[in-house]
Amino acid sequence: MIHVQNLTKRYGDLTAIEDVSFDVQKGEILAFLGPNGAGKTTTMRILTCFMPASSGSASVAGFDIFDQPQEVKKRIGYLPESPPLYTEMTVTEYLTFISKIKGIERRDRTQALARVLERCALTEVRRRLIGNLSRGYRQRVGLAQALIHNPEVLILDEPTTGLDPKQIIEMRQVIKELAGQHTVILSTHILPEATAVCQRVIIIHEGRIVAVDTPDRLSAQLRQSDKIRMTLKTPLPETADALKIVPGVLSVFHEPSPDGQVFIVECDLGRDHRAELASLAVHRGWGLVELTAVKLSLEDVFLKLTQEETKEAAA
Amino acid sequence: MKSTLAIAGKELRVLFTSPMAYVVTAVFILITGYLYYNIVLFASTQSMQIMRAQGALPKINLNDLIFRPTFHNMAVILMLTLPLLTMRLLAEEKKIKTMELLMTSPVPLLAIVLGKYIATMVVFTFMLALTGYMPLLMWYYGSIQWMPILTGYLGIWLLGGVFIAVGLLASSLTENQIIAGFIGFGAVLILWLIGWLSQTMADSPLGPFLAYLSIGEHTENFIKGMIDTGDLVYQASLIVLGLFITHRIMESQRWK
Ligand SMILES: Nc1ncnc2c1ncn2[C@@H]1O[C@H](COP(=O)(O)OP(=O)(O)OP(=O)(O)O)[C@@H](O)[C@H]1O
Ligand SMILES: [Mg+2]
Repeated sequence: MIHVQNLTKRYGDLTAIEDVSFDVQKGEILAFLGPNGAGKTTTMRILTCFMPASSGSASVAGFDIFDQPQEVKKRIGYLPESPPLYTEMTVTEYLTFISKIKGIERRDRTQALARVLERCALTEVRRRLIGNLSRGYRQRVGLAQALIHNPEVLILDEPTTGLDPKQIIEMRQVIKELAGQHTVILSTHILPEATAVCQRVIIIHEGRIVAVDTPDRLSAQLRQSDKIRMTLKTPLPETADALKIVPGVLSVFHEPSPDGQVFIVECDLGRDHRAELASLAVHRGWGLVELTAVKLSLEDVFLKLTQEETKEAAA
Repeated sequence: MKSTLAIAGKELRVLFTSPMAYVVTAVFILITGYLYYNIVLFASTQSMQIMRAQGALPKINLNDLIFRPTFHNMAVILMLTLPLLTMRLLAEEKKIKTMELLMTSPVPLLAIVLGKYIATMVVFTFMLALTGYMPLLMWYYGSIQWMPILTGYLGIWLLGGVFIAVGLLASSLTENQIIAGFIGFGAVLILWLIGWLSQTMADSPLGPFLAYLSIGEHTENFIKGMIDTGDLVYQASLIVLGLFITHRIMESQRWK
């Protein structure tokens, strides 16, 4: 449904996204996960034809975003980062205007409006001025705007930011219900959110895709191991191999640091390997300086993946 | 076409639900009315004096005596008030991020520009129509020629059309309404003041050229009661040019 190939966008000297490629199947929900400034919004703005890419190509529902932007725009519902609302209008007035600019025929308008009010639970506030609505309701009006013409593709930029926990759950529920009939791309910086609603996650950092996987596998990757960080003054060439054969050790990463060599040892969950590793290091005379357990938080997925990416790029 | 009307309709709704259109209209009507009253007062004392001196009812031309200065006043007041009406047109949409909505909906950019222009022209036409009480009063209490009044209105309407196109252009340049308003006002003032420069430089070869550029020059004939094709072409091309440049600017902003 969506096909993106080698997209790059530069703002002057700053490269916002670089060489981004991915595909989204029909009916799939895909999350863009990344820290602030990762390039999520930029990618979405390119896909919605708000701005052109510096290079690369993309197509939505079979239409090229550069050659046939009108066709693409007709098939996309887009909820930007800050919901684009006219605060002086009532909800109904606003959605009626939207239905006009999205080209919904007059005779279908009432029905489209009723459907979307119902779906986004806005029926009760439909006569109120948007400016007087709470943040959560405004976000829903924003979503209603994206949904009104029943588009094949939905692009939602951080649809749950600024909502309270109850509203977040409701919003996620609405998005989940969209799967199947609609193809959805949403962005978020919260991993659990991606896990909760999406079938596939793209982790993006500093404009590059660093991982594409299902949420299950991503979190599995997270939880399957403990990490122990060892700093050794005088390691031997075979140290890494010696660490690897310790029972329970899965893998060993090695990197130099100012006060010795750092070994990141990845171990099985459940058992503390620190004592074992310490005695081994002392026994072999590797000059153990420091040994700590590394807590792998959700944020560390980004960090880990992005550091590896940077290292690869440097190599 | 449909989308142009949709944009224009939305713009009108916003203009008339916010106090902006009313405030601008009220100020325009008040000031033009006040100046008109002064002119009428001045004209009547003058004709009184002439009557005393000649001992008979003088044959005065109300068109020349009252409506020419009134149209001139209108032009100046429009220069001050129309930028207030145009400043928010595009700047506000950028500021509150609704431009992203318009630009990602299947509405051509041209429809956005035209829709906004048409909506503002509707408000302006309404403003201008309200001053219709001036000739109606004169017609009721005295005698006037309607033709020069109508051409005068046409001239002022076209002039306002240019001011609005220029103001719209100014609004496309920034997302700050105040700055857009000032740029619009400055640009309109320059169009007007070129006329002064052309008078001081009348001897140099540049003089006639500057006179041609000056917008006042092209409004004068209308106010005198003449419709000149050259003037029509001038005003129409300024409007088209203003809208065209606005369109180009908006397009280029996507590429930033
Ligand atoms: N109009 C612009 N001009 C210059 N730089 C920009 C512009 N828009 C975005 N950037 C830069 O491009 C990079 C990517 O920004 P983008 O908004 O796509 O990030 P994001 O992933 O959406 O972040 P967030 O989670 O904060 O919304 C950032 O470094 C940002 O500063
Ligand atoms: Mg963003």
